[in-house]
Amino acid sequence: MSATHADHQGHAARSPGGGMPSKRIIVGYGFWIFLLSDIIMFSAFFASYAVLSDATAGGPTGQQLFDLTNVGIETMCLLLSSFTCGLASIGAQRKNSAIFQTAMAATFVLGAVFVSLEIREFAGLAAQGAGPTRSAFLTAFFTLVGCHGLHVTGGLMWLLTMMAQVLAKGYRPDILRRVMCFSLFWHALDIIWVALFSVVYLIGAGQ
Amino acid sequence: MLGKLSWAAVPFDQPIPMAASAVVGCLILGVLIWVVVKGRLPYLWNEWITSVDHKRIGVMYCLLAMVMLLRGFTDAIMMRSQQALAFQAPGYLPPEHYDQIFSAHGTLMIFFVAMPFVIGLMNFAVPLQLGIRDVAFPTLNSVGFWLTASGALLVNISLVIGEFSRATWLPYPPLSELAYSPGVGVDYYCWAIQISGIGTLISGVNLVTTVLKMHAPGMTYMRMPMFCWTTLAANLLIVAAFPILTATLAMLLLDRYLGFHFFTNEAGGNMMMFVNLIWAWGHPEVYILILPAFGIYSEVISTFSGKPLFGYRSMVIATMAICILAFMVWLHHFFTMGAGADVNGFFGIMTTIIAVPTGVKIFNWLFTMFAGRVVFSTALLWSLGFMITFVVGGMTGVLLAVPPADFVLHNSLFLVAHFHNVLIGGVLFGCFAGYNYWFPKAFGFRLHEGLGKAAFWCWTIGFYVAFMPLYVLGLEGMTRRMQHYDVPAWRPWLLIAALGAVIILVGIILQIVQLVASIRHREDLRDDTGDPWNGRSLEWATASPPPVFNFAVLPSVSGSDTYWDLKQRAIQQPAPSPEPDYNSVEMPRNSPTGFICAFFATMMGFALIWHIWWMAGVAIAGAFATFVVFAWRDRDDYIIPVETVARIDRENRASRTRALGRLGTAQ
Repeated sequence: MSATHADHQGHAARSPGGGMPSKRIIVGYGFWIFLLSDIIMFSAFFASYAVLSDATAGGPTGQQLFDLTNVGIETMCLLLSSFTCGLASIGAQRKNSAIFQTAMAATFVLGAVFVSLEIREFAGLAAQGAGPTRSAFLTAFFTLVGCHGLHVTGGLMWLLTMMAQVLAKGYRPDILRRVMCFSLFWHALDIIWVALFSVVYLIGAGQ
Repeated sequence: MLGKLSWAAVPFDQPIPMAASAVVGCLILGVLIWVVVKGRLPYLWNEWITSVDHKRIGVMYCLLAMVMLLRGFTDAIMMRSQQALAFQAPGYLPPEHYDQIFSAHGTLMIFFVAMPFVIGLMNFAVPLQLGIRDVAFPTLNSVGFWLTASGALLVNISLVIGEFSRATWLPYPPLSELAYSPGVGVDYYCWAIQISGIGTLISGVNLVTTVLKMHAPGMTYMRMPMFCWTTLAANLLIVAAFPILTATLAMLLLDRYLGFHFFTNEAGGNMMMFVNLIWAWGHPEVYILILPAFGIYSEVISTFSGKPLFGYRSMVIATMAICILAFMVWLHHFFTMGAGADVNGFFGIMTTIIAVPTGVKIFNWLFTMFAGRVVFSTALLWSLGFMITFVVGGMTGVLLAVPPADFVLHNSLFLVAHFHNVLIGGVLFGCFAGYNYWFPKAFGFRLHEGLGKAAFWCWTIGFYVAFMPLYVLGLEGMTRRMQHYDVPAWRPWLLIAALGAVIILVGIILQIVQLVASIRHREDLRDDTGDPWNGRSLEWATASPPPVFNFAVLPSVSGSDTYWDLKQRAIQQPAPSPEPDYNSVEMPRNSPTGFICAFFATMMGFALIWHIWWMAGVAIAGAFATFVVFAWRDRDDYIIPVETVARIDRENRASRTRALGRLGTAQ
């Protein structure tokens, strides 16, 4: 990489005659590009859901299945976890482990509650014969929501890794860059959830 | 324990795959033994396999592409000979084998020849052209390459263990669904493409970030060489299109593995959705391949005409216009779906519009050559061959873009002729031009020109002999992918096409001879100036092969065609420029992460193909552990001391000054 980074404080590094941005800028930029590609992948699943949402094949519809209370709690968990994730970023910037570790732990708990609620919802649907193999609508529903759930689960693993890394190695520039990427990832999942909540649950339950 | 895997998976009764895999197996084993006996294993491991140097990774991408080209071409010549023989006869390839061959041919040529070739050339040349020391994410770059190699390995494993897909290179449902393709072939396809697709996405993110964010001082966007622009456009398309492919194949896999109903006949599945989604990736994909090739032609034509690129700004605009239009034409791949005249009309018009920026480019190249001092090198010959061939292919493409004409010609050999016309004449010729053009930069000696030119003529003549008959056959109503046929009128054309494939084979053999002969006579072909073609952009401003850090001091850029200007100034004022202030250089350390990730990815793919669930679990855990271990590293770079930097650069400057002196007296 920019062979000459001197950004141990995270501000712009300058190579001897150079105009190269700091590693933090480059890493953040690259991660944004990755997030955009991830959102495009979700958009393909959204498109498939839009195409198949009426293909219930005589099976249950969204209106019969969706429990908005459960989804409301999930949404609250995820939105709150974005807040705590923001707190964790502030903690990391200030190199304050009390704030950082507590906020990350809170984020983890909220995320874990979200995932367990989603698993419970899925299990409940499957138990009443509305699993993903029932109809194309349910196929698209389980895939879209499940893909988001998998992302959150992956994010939780990443979160634990980051807590451990900060604990073991402190607030090194490279660790801070990763914390920044993690929080970008976590907020992006929130944005996707807002779209998912609106397109799948609100519209689905209203029909 | 081993899922669906048993000895029955190995096709002992089929001589062709067994013999082929035996030969390949012996070859690989022989190379491995040679490497170990010669004690080269540490060298291979330290200098190549774990390398995060963009130049090394670029070379490995190109090597992968060339090896896979041999495999893909073997499939091609088998298809041509089968069709030459199978007139009112079964030929020598049974249908289930023939179907695997055309599926493997398309898959290999697109994903494991064209893609790695262009990505390899971009990886190699772009950081040098931008005047920087490495790409944005060197270790990820290595991961990307090894995941691509992992996908290629899986496709080739299917030759011996199990079978490959018979559902063509784009596995349309319902044929690719479990009910109609119960074997492992489609699974091999899907997992190979998923794994290598992630590699491609990584490489796309990496190169977009590199081109947009990392430049030598003064290298503004509008001073970047054309190849950097086309790289940017192609990689933006990768970032925007490959996730769609991943999602689409994930849906197909869910259908096949868990009984979902995305594309099935029953329970409301919609198979036309697959076709829409796959082409929403597939059409941008052809521009992902052709845009870097356009960039290579721009560099080659400008260099060998001794002139700056004509209409640089219009070229940039045309490139970015194609980048956007690429996403607005996907439906022309299935006009016959029945979307109606309005929709078809829209997509037909959008498709014809793409011919406009492409035409701009062609005229720009012609005007670049006009009144130039044109040197007819091998690389320039490939570019000229491209211009003529690609215009023919483009025009047949515009023909196919007219929906009524497409209703007659779709699925016929006319279409096959069209896309080979643009893929061979456009992408492959571009890769070969880039290979001849940048080879001396990579290895410090040129490729043999005579043999290169001979290979060019065989390829070009062979191409026309092999594919022009297919246009005729398409108009005569012959559909694609026929294992045998009964129409006497088709026979002579198919015989001519087979002859064309043989001429191309001679071209390929000549290319191998060219490489071997060039290595043997490398001292005669040595380039000690770093600038064998009198080049214009910054990659020629450093030694051949470049030192690991590319530039001892990042070059300062004050215009386009930076190195050309520098040389002109030096010729006019022969006083040696003062020696720069050297500094020590930090470079990223090599890392086996990419190789280990790919190992686990291959293991996971193989396990999932054969339903060996425990092994898949082990592989996923292994890949995650690899990432954690990698993330735990404490140092990711090392320092090259200032004395080493200065010593290497002084040698380079000395040989360069000698070369400039020669250039000055020559003018």
